[in-house]
Amino acid sequence: MTPVERIGRSAIRGAEEVGTLALQSWHVTLRLPRVGPLIGRRRRWRATMQQMLTIGADALPMAAIMSFCIGYVLALQSAAELRRFGALQFVVDLLAISFTRELGALITALAVSGRTASAIAAEVGTMVVTEEIDALRVMGLDPVEFTLAPKYLGALITVPCLTVLSTFCGVFAGYVFLSSSIDMNLRVYFHEVVDSILLRDVCLTLIKSEIFATIIVQVGYMEGLRARGGPEAVGTAATSAVVKSAFLVILADLVATAMFYLMGWSVTG
Amino acid sequence: MTPFTTRAKDPVISIRGLSASYGERRVLHGVDLEMYRGEIFVLLGGSGSGKTTLLKQVLGLAKPDAGTILVNGVDITACATSELTAVRRRIGVAFQGSALFSSLTIAENVALPLQELTQLADPIIALMVWMKLKAVGLANESDFLPHQLSGGMKKRAAIARAMALDPDIVVFDEPSAGLDPIVAAGLDELILFLKRGFGMTVLVVTHEMQSALQIADRMALLHDGELMTVGTREEFVATHHPRVRQFLERTPDPAPRAAADGFAAAFLRGIHHES
Repeated sequence: MTPVERIGRSAIRGAEEVGTLALQSWHVTLRLPRVGPLIGRRRRWRATMQQMLTIGADALPMAAIMSFCIGYVLALQSAAELRRFGALQFVVDLLAISFTRELGALITALAVSGRTASAIAAEVGTMVVTEEIDALRVMGLDPVEFTLAPKYLGALITVPCLTVLSTFCGVFAGYVFLSSSIDMNLRVYFHEVVDSILLRDVCLTLIKSEIFATIIVQVGYMEGLRARGGPEAVGTAATSAVVKSAFLVILADLVATAMFYLMGWSVTG
Repeated sequence: MTPFTTRAKDPVISIRGLSASYGERRVLHGVDLEMYRGEIFVLLGGSGSGKTTLLKQVLGLAKPDAGTILVNGVDITACATSELTAVRRRIGVAFQGSALFSSLTIAENVALPLQELTQLADPIIALMVWMKLKAVGLANESDFLPHQLSGGMKKRAAIARAMALDPDIVVFDEPSAGLDPIVAAGLDELILFLKRGFGMTVLVVTHEMQSALQIADRMALLHDGELMTVGTREEFVATHHPRVRQFLERTPDPAPRAAADGFAAAFLRGIHHES
């Protein structure tokens, strides 16, 4: 195979994957009302709540600790520079802005893609290998509605909540640092934080976290469905779900941020 | 209309010129087959003969390259999704690996199609589940999870689930694979009971000759994606078709045999050489 051929082939494969993801996302979006509260079937909503617990409880400690650590590291690193200008209090603004705009959503998405994307791929992959997906189809039940929709709705609700919590943890790490180095008081600290963040930034970040949630669940499901053959296919599916979802999350972050910027939504005026 | 005269000539599934491929490889070459109402039809075939592919086609899980499949008069290769769903509701499938949902108990597995596809009240569903489990002899194991059951019990549970909606057609994919002879014989009995007791049309896909001869009304041999012989059990046993005889008499393929001999000879020569 010539290099040109190889590039062409992988481009086609990439386009196919994006197409599969888009189609699958559309299918599941049409079925979301059926798993929701009040309007959906009671049994499905129970499955959705189960998924919310799983996704949230799975990723919460990891996302919180990762955010706290990165917040603390960011505070340490920037303090060394800012202290030279006598502007140590700007550590607060730096943390508040970088977490609400970017890091909170991103760290959460990476934590969730590590835990949830692999779990979904493994679960669905096992169902494919043991013919459970075929069993659903021949029973006349829709596998997308039955397995994917509860997970997707669960993630759409949970991931923004996790984002808020992990943002809080990241910002709180700044307080831990500043209280030990310049004896900053908690009230003063959070007053500074509230002054420096914008509602618009928070909203854009929550939109981003919904995009990340979509990518994580859809990639996990797609990779799971591709599992063919024996148990080793399940492991492969889980690995490639994590790799692909983490990669696509960062790519989507770039695209979304650039789009918000070009539309003039994120320019501080 | 007398049911007994029409019975023999009433095709439930009729397959015409079915060709299918798996990726690049052609697996089925123009298969023609008819299954009649109320019979047990056994489809025999070795590994890689295309029998699983044929089964997937009949269930509408894969699209063929050419040909038609009529199930209860509906062409499932060309019908709308809603029609396919309606056809599938009349078919029960017991998969090779049971395919029970691992997070649900046996009773919940059997109840699932009833809860999802009917408007029945919960107590009625519970009663129906109990009846199905009783019929396969698992009434006392209803609260167990699939992984707590033995292989034979899982197969029975899968059969109970396949029968949940009282289908016209029940399909068994390798019912006796991986089971000891006693449990396998028990399953054969159960399949015969389903036909006698419920008048179901049964399609069994297997490579177990013994079990096939036990239960079949008619049988067919699939080899390399082509049907070798179709006929009643007596016709099948009496045929002179070389491939069928080979299957009946458990003789290995000549070519691999020669290769194996050659390998053994070379191996022995090698040992001899070294000493």
